[in-house]
Amino acid sequence: MDTISLAFYALAFLIIAAAIFVVTSKNIFHSAIYLILALFGVAGIYVLLQAPFLAAAQVLIYVGAVSMLMIFAIMLTARIADQTIRHTNEQVPTGLLVSLGLLAVIVYSLWQTPFAISSDPMPEGAGGTLGKLLLTQFALPFEIVSVLLLGALIGAVVIAKKDSVRREPEAPMTPLPKSAEKVAG
Amino acid sequence: MEGIGLTHYLTLSAVVFCIGVFGMLTRRNAVGVLMSIELMFNAVNITLVAFARYVTPATITGQVVAIFTIAVAAAEATVALAIVLLIYQHHRGIDVDRINFMKW
Repeated sequence: MDTISLAFYALAFLIIAAAIFVVTSKNIFHSAIYLILALFGVAGIYVLLQAPFLAAAQVLIYVGAVSMLMIFAIMLTARIADQTIRHTNEQVPTGLLVSLGLLAVIVYSLWQTPFAISSDPMPEGAGGTLGKLLLTQFALPFEIVSVLLLGALIGAVVIAKKDSVRREPEAPMTPLPKSAEKVAG
Repeated sequence: MEGIGLTHYLTLSAVVFCIGVFGMLTRRNAVGVLMSIELMFNAVNITLVAFARYVTPATITGQVVAIFTIAVAAAEATVALAIVLLIYQHHRGIDVDRINFMKW
């Protein structure tokens, strides 16, 4: 067994074990920690697939940002890290049935399908090729994604703001209310 | 068995995706549901990158699509967690089987 196979099986075992702990762990905070582990494993899989830029982006965005958001949400919604409350609903048998059935269908069709494997070499410096593609062939989706991110940013601020409903539309340019000053200072 | 091929990566992706589906169906906690959805996003990304590596290695289009997926997933996580915090402020709980106040 060569190094690539060994690395693949180690990473696959890591990802699957961590993913199972994510969905079954009683403590939601432990779930978040295992999620970080699984996301790291996926970054390793990207390295095996010769996508170093995506591996870096995975570590930066998922491991760095998204899991931090998750942990923030867990910390800010107190009581949910409590282990005494029930953490699953009554759909466990149905969910198990559905997911295992889905897995069987997908894996069966995977091993039946002849994929058009190409043996062309990957381009040298995949990161540079990726950047060129993003700014030429995929320029429009790239711009749309930037608008989407801006919308998500503003949307998150507006939604999570405390008094987002009661704010009066008029009263322009009055000094900030006391609470806002306190937050800003 | 000669080495690791496309099917191995796709199988790994399918397994992770189904674990995510199971978590999404059974978690009571809204943040837990979101974490399961992140797992599913990652499974799909593995698929995209594996196809980019093995089927179209000359034009790495799959990796570009994976970048877009990551961006959209980040936006989704941000807004969804803001909504979760807002629901927690109003209801002092984020159990998804008790969040039914939009049902008539």
